[in-house]
Amino acid sequence: MQGTERDLNYKETELCLGLPGGGGGGGGENEVESSPKTTGKRGFSETVDLKLNLQSKEAGMDLNQNLETCSKQTACTKDPSKPPAKAQVLGWPPVRSYRKNIMANQKNSSEECEKAAFVKVSMDGAPYLRKVDLKMYNSYQKLSDALAKMFSSFTMGNYGSQGMIDFMNESKLMDLLNSSDYVPTYEDKDGDWMLVGDVPWEMFVESCKRLRIMKGSEAIGLAPRAMEKCKSRA
Amino acid sequence: MSEDDERQQSPPSDLDFVSNKARNCNATGSGSGHPEFQSAYPDQVLENVLENVLHFLTSKRDRNAASLVCKSWYRVEALTRSELFIGNCYAVSPARATARFTRVRALQLKGKPRFADFNLMPPDWGAHFNPWALAMAKAYPWLEKVHLKRMTVTDDDLATLALLLLGFKELVLVCCDGFGTSGLAIFVNECRQLKVLDLIDSEVSDDETDWISCFPEGESHLESLIFDCVECHINFEALERLVANSPSLKKLRLNRYVSIGQLYRLMIRAPQLTHLGTGSFSPSEIAGQGDQEPDYVNAFAACKSLVCLSGFREIIPDYLPAIYPVCANLTSLNFSYANITAEQLKPIISKCHKLQVFWVLDSICDEGLQAVAATCKELRELRVFPVDPREDGDGPVSEVGLQAISEGCRKLQSILYFCQRMTNAAVIAMSKNCPDLVVFRLCIMGRHRADPVTGEPMDDGFGAIVMNCKKLTRLAVSGLLTDKAFDYIGQHGKLVRTLSVAFAGDSDMGLKYVLEGCPQLQKLEIRDSPFGDAALRSGLHHYYNMRFLWMSSCRLTPSGCQEIARAMPRLVVEVIRSADEEEMDDAVEILYMYRSLEGPRTDLPKFVTIL
Repeated sequence: MQGTERDLNYKETELCLGLPGGGGGGGGENEVESSPKTTGKRGFSETVDLKLNLQSKEAGMDLNQNLETCSKQTACTKDPSKPPAKAQVLGWPPVRSYRKNIMANQKNSSEECEKAAFVKVSMDGAPYLRKVDLKMYNSYQKLSDALAKMFSSFTMGNYGSQGMIDFMNESKLMDLLNSSDYVPTYEDKDGDWMLVGDVPWEMFVESCKRLRIMKGSEAIGLAPRAMEKCKSRA
Repeated sequence: MSEDDERQQSPPSDLDFVSNKARNCNATGSGSGHPEFQSAYPDQVLENVLENVLHFLTSKRDRNAASLVCKSWYRVEALTRSELFIGNCYAVSPARATARFTRVRALQLKGKPRFADFNLMPPDWGAHFNPWALAMAKAYPWLEKVHLKRMTVTDDDLATLALLLLGFKELVLVCCDGFGTSGLAIFVNECRQLKVLDLIDSEVSDDETDWISCFPEGESHLESLIFDCVECHINFEALERLVANSPSLKKLRLNRYVSIGQLYRLMIRAPQLTHLGTGSFSPSEIAGQGDQEPDYVNAFAACKSLVCLSGFREIIPDYLPAIYPVCANLTSLNFSYANITAEQLKPIISKCHKLQVFWVLDSICDEGLQAVAATCKELRELRVFPVDPREDGDGPVSEVGLQAISEGCRKLQSILYFCQRMTNAAVIAMSKNCPDLVVFRLCIMGRHRADPVTGEPMDDGFGAIVMNCKKLTRLAVSGLLTDKAFDYIGQHGKLVRTLSVAFAGDSDMGLKYVLEGCPQLQKLEIRDSPFGDAALRSGLHHYYNMRFLWMSSCRLTPSGCQEIARAMPRLVVEVIRSADEEEMDDAVEILYMYRSLEGPRTDLPKFVTIL
């Protein structure tokens, strides 16, 4: 719960406007480049103003915080006494830029995928297994390219413009499965073997436990089940 | 040469009694029955004896005291000092230092003030190692060890060290910049006796030179190789060969470009390691090496001497269980780049009974800190860094975590704690539960933030710290603070040597309390606080005892600073502007002043004026 709360709060502060005359730039990463004038005499009087503002607001906000312990996020957007996100002040908090940069980079990559999603990939006839991190790719096409590189004799069938097998077109599907081309299949959370490409990419990443690349003719047994599942979800 | 003996250029002559006595003996020596005094020069005998004795004196404070006894002791101490520490590279010139101390084997130099780390000062302010490098090469060709902090070191300087100092053994660069991988390449290639190369929190530019390959072939003497801050790819095969050829290697800290698979290969070659920085602790981007993942647990289990673990720069928490075998022996664990949750931490920390030093991110939340408090009874040093280092970020740790630590870790000596909220009650509790505290640094990231429970300023909390922690020498304050907090510090902080202040205080009185009350104060750094010229004046009696004073965005004027400069000729008073401002305003943006035997430095950038 803590994690999602944090995510919400971060996005929310990104949208908030900085204080007028703040000079620091609204975003978190810009404070290093912000005009040094914020630290001059004007900088100080600005902090004095903030202090005065805050002292009256802090009291009000603190009472609210005491009353609503878990609903910080909703309180934030609705509570008028909480000041908007402050412009970041140069060199504050005192964290070295090296550390700030590392954390910023980590955050970017972790917002996309909290955890890696490694799955084993086997290909019929190949002497060894491989492993891929599904989170490294954002589409079936990218995954297909990567698998193709890995198993160079492997060719993916024609996926159509959206990168998904067109289940509604039975004849197209049948052509593919009758060919000697390889098609990728996967074992989903329920333990069923499915054709890759039937569900949206994100859903696939969530449910895929392992991949197996088999000849189209062998995969033919999967197609009806795959279509059943697809229809039941639609 | 430390700050203490810079005041004294030559001891007063009334302390010269030893030499005089010896001279008298000589005059009457021929008549006495002591053959030693007849033939040998008594001064020389005494000095030889003294030399042999003083060799055992290692503490620089003891040596400074010894050098003040009399001229003879001054001379002999200078001859026998082999480790030279200079806390401010501008306090004394290389020429003066090498003239006094002629047999130095190890040099330690510090440059920029700490607030430069937070971009409060334009770059290129100074602290160039170059004049020192050249002086050392001439005066101490046998120099073995150089330790620099916050200095600008160029590739040429590295070359100087490597080429002109035969038998150079140890280079430690902390928070330095100005050099790159090409400098490193020359350095490692030429230093055939190198034992230690430690690059810590330094900025190393990527000149695309494969410096790891430049280590000489064959067996190496390397005992420590730390390069976790180097932000560029390295030649792994060369590194693997190097590790294999370094039987004495005890400390190895890898950068984040080393994958966990590569870490494994290094660990199985170096099970004797005591300090390990794991690099990324995640697999490389290329899809895994087939079905078999290396047995990481076994690799860690083989490292029976491992006591210090760090790295985890791009951690995949699934791999954490690999370190279970070493947890029970760990005395130091640095998770400060590992964004892990309390749940991920608990199975690790519950095994770390011997842990003394723990650095971590606040992602572990108060709950994680409670787990630390429950197990780590030997904890001496704790640092909690923010995942989200912004003022209005989330606050996953709070007074709850601090309270828990204070109750569980009674032997705590040093703490650095970033948080968004803190109560006086928790700080007071820590002051009572952890009486051994020497370093207390609390950073409440919201400026001017009061105690969220009582609405009060944080004065009482910090007051309790200085009152109850009798050994306290370093203090950093934050949150809403009135002059009262400084009154407490001035009254009770009698051993405080380093004080950091930001966005605090009401008036000049605040600074006055501190300058008048803290006799041991050596390093004072203040930003964005309402202290003006009158407050500055109140420290005139003390500035020669200090290494430096930094005040930025306070209420100082050029005339106020000028007054200080006039009153204290051995103080260098620098007024630093931001790089783009030309004229001097009526306000002083940054004041940085320090005692010095040399007067104004000659390498001033144009944004610095010396008054």
